[in-house]
Amino acid sequence: MSDHHHKETFVTKYIFSTDHKMISKQYLVTGIFMGIIGVMMSMLFRLQIAWPDHSFSVIEAFLGRHQDGGVMSPDIYLALVTIHGTIMVFFVLTAGLSGTFSNLLIPLQIGARDMASGFLNMVSYWLFFLSSVIMVISLFVEAGPASAGWTIYPPLSALPQAIPGSGLGMTLWLVSMAIFIASSLIGALNYIVTVLNLRTVGMKMTRLPLTIWAFFVTAIIGVVSFPVLLSAALLLIFDRSFGTSFFLSDIFIQGEVLHYQGGSPVLFEHLFWFLGHPEVYIVLLPALGITSEIISTNSRKPIFGYRAMIGSIIAIAFLSTIVWGHHMFVSGMNPFLGSVFTFTTLLIAIPSAVKAFNYITTLWKGNLQMNPAMLFSIGLVSTFISGGLTGLVLGDSALDINVHDTYFVVAHFHLVMGVSAIYGMFAGVYHWFPKMYGRMMNKTLGYWHFWITAVAAYGVFFPMHFIGLAGLPRRYYSNTAFPLFDDVADVNIVITLFAILGGAAQIIFLANFFISIYKGKKAEQNPWKSNTLEWTTPVEHIHGNWPGEIPHVERWAYDYSKPGYDEDFVPQNVPLKEGEEPS
Amino acid sequence: MDATIATKSSEQTWGGGNNKPLGASYGKMMMWFFILSDALTFSGFLGAYGLMRFKFIDSWPIADEVFTHFPFMHGVHAPMYYVALMTFILIFSSVTMVLAVDAGHQLKKGKVTFYMFLTIIGGIIFLGSQAWEWKNFINGSYGALQLNDGKIIQFVDASGHQVALESFAKSSHSERTQHTKSKGLWFVEEAALPAYSVNEVIAGFEAHPEITIRTEKLNTETKTKTIVPREQAMSYLNEAKAVVVGANLKVNEYGNTLFADFFFFITGFHGFHVLSGVVINIIIFFNVIIGTYEKRKSYEMVEKVGLYWHFVDLVWVFVFTFFYLV
Repeated sequence: MSDHHHKETFVTKYIFSTDHKMISKQYLVTGIFMGIIGVMMSMLFRLQIAWPDHSFSVIEAFLGRHQDGGVMSPDIYLALVTIHGTIMVFFVLTAGLSGTFSNLLIPLQIGARDMASGFLNMVSYWLFFLSSVIMVISLFVEAGPASAGWTIYPPLSALPQAIPGSGLGMTLWLVSMAIFIASSLIGALNYIVTVLNLRTVGMKMTRLPLTIWAFFVTAIIGVVSFPVLLSAALLLIFDRSFGTSFFLSDIFIQGEVLHYQGGSPVLFEHLFWFLGHPEVYIVLLPALGITSEIISTNSRKPIFGYRAMIGSIIAIAFLSTIVWGHHMFVSGMNPFLGSVFTFTTLLIAIPSAVKAFNYITTLWKGNLQMNPAMLFSIGLVSTFISGGLTGLVLGDSALDINVHDTYFVVAHFHLVMGVSAIYGMFAGVYHWFPKMYGRMMNKTLGYWHFWITAVAAYGVFFPMHFIGLAGLPRRYYSNTAFPLFDDVADVNIVITLFAILGGAAQIIFLANFFISIYKGKKAEQNPWKSNTLEWTTPVEHIHGNWPGEIPHVERWAYDYSKPGYDEDFVPQNVPLKEGEEPS
Repeated sequence: MDATIATKSSEQTWGGGNNKPLGASYGKMMMWFFILSDALTFSGFLGAYGLMRFKFIDSWPIADEVFTHFPFMHGVHAPMYYVALMTFILIFSSVTMVLAVDAGHQLKKGKVTFYMFLTIIGGIIFLGSQAWEWKNFINGSYGALQLNDGKIIQFVDASGHQVALESFAKSSHSERTQHTKSKGLWFVEEAALPAYSVNEVIAGFEAHPEITIRTEKLNTETKTKTIVPREQAMSYLNEAKAVVVGANLKVNEYGNTLFADFFFFITGFHGFHVLSGVVINIIIFFNVIIGTYEKRKSYEMVEKVGLYWHFVDLVWVFVFTFFYLV
């Protein structure tokens, strides 16, 4: 592999590259680009929620046909909410997060020259790129993009004549997602077999860094759950285009009886949430893996409960496939079945709590090294706990029914999976930027970025719990028609102000990221004094990762502050001293 | 003693530095995980089918009455015989695939070629059979009426056997002609018009006192459709909306439309997998002939496509069971 040097042209090096390090950068940049779109959308619809029917020149500038004198139309409001969810969940936090860090770290941390199949890896990225392009194109469809919510429940999504966004926009959404599923399947197959088959000598499964464990299990969840979304999407395409009745029954539109009969929209909900719930962990687990690594490194302490961490990752993955019903407590579900799903859902609290406690015990009495990556990791622990606690409320059917589809739910999942996973992604970027680009990011800007983001994130999502408990439903274009909600109008203004602050903070990150690529301080080989194998590779990327032999692994990844060593870290390839216990 | 052996092999499996930790190369491992993923897609479909079937458990069409044809034997009531034959052919092609893989292990190029060829032939026969099965299902056998609520009623004689519409319906030769390209209407082509109108069928029904109707409703004890006495039949016929002959994605003369929807969708999706399998097998077949694997001294590619082929066959066993047998 590394021995035969073939000439790299611009195209094979930067565009159709099969090198995992380049593909990981491609994923990151595409993910950041999609993230900018997704965040901008949230700014626009937050303006409408805070100041309904108020004219804004920014809305006039961006929404063109879909606004009237600076006030957005209700249809485009629904479309913005839908596409914001789709882009953030799938394109940023699934492909952007897993794609970037699985690709970068799996070969580097397990000691492999590249992914098992570099070609399929490239195919995976370009399918993702294609699906991103189609999703972006759908924004410019005349009637507007898909508007049925990111969960695309039928009949809204199944009848092209239902609302403006159910037409071509919805079709493009489905096409884009089908391609996305293919991309994520190919990517996940590659990650799994690379971890299983290509570990270097001595890299036992029980010596793998927790990042790799998290990516590995995430890939398995992806392989198991995405195909079920594919089933749902294909059946939906048939309902839309070929007149089948899988999800449709007894429907009138404008007095006209449609021929559909017998189908069930609840069937779609089951199929969708069988993916949808594991998807939460597809988003979250990589962030948790990244955090485990960063917290241990920057506490200069071994991760607390390494095997318990692995066990809880596997337990979360398993449980995530048997809890989907908790999204459907108000769909007419049998209360007994509801209580079963309540039980399995609450079980997830156990491995989640194990992880949270392990983070805190790792930090406890550690020699904490503060840097932006560490701050974002601690931030993740914070939002993971505060978002997770409301999960106990929503997992319990008796309580969930009262707050179902209110802002309480929005607050919960944004904190526990949105903000947490984004923090994990930021932490990963700050930590591995020297590995990706050979330069350091600016620390001061990183601190500004973290603190503004942290204040803004809580400022946005914490008050949402209260307006949710007050009964404010999510996805409403305007709440002015309900006197009941006049009390929360001011809270919504506060939330929007924090949202704008949080959005603006990301400009600091973007500037820091793109300027550092070219102007950043040159990185040392191991800037964080970390144990894992990726820091034994040269700063300048080479195809095949290591110039000579791949290092052998002699110990686990967490020998920090080990007694008997001069340095407070012992890389994984350092042989055991005499009398040292093997791990 | 045993314990040491166990640790040693688990060391080889999980210890790293071994590119075939579970006795499988990464390519074969990928195929296994792809199969896992594909199995879940099919599970999604079959689960959806099961849910709908249980929803309409007391009115689901009886498969024995739907799939009754056998090639070259017109008018013979042969329920399930043909699908049993095509299932046998598909499973037999799995057997020849196993033989090809085995011959590959012994590096016998001629034998691999021969058995791959048989496998491809088996796959093609299966696809042809499925097309024929679809054709019969689409054309239908007796014809039925659809009521305003979407339910289907069928016509039976005094002994309870179904009768075809053309055996009793009064044709009044209305002036309505079908729009086809051959009649110069190049811009419009209709699906085949039912040969009879609702009124013609009802007139025929009134003229034939031995005929009555049956509803979709299943009698759970006898596993037959409920026959309505002739005196009550008119109350159903007055509700009739359309004449239905055959099945497609929107109507189904055999009963619930969802039966046809799921049948076409799932067997179609499976057929697409078989088709891909045949295409892949043909590619591998030519690679075997030109000696690619002979040079590599390894027929592992044959083994990988074999895994896929067995998977496709296994899925058919489930599809067959759920659509035809139970």
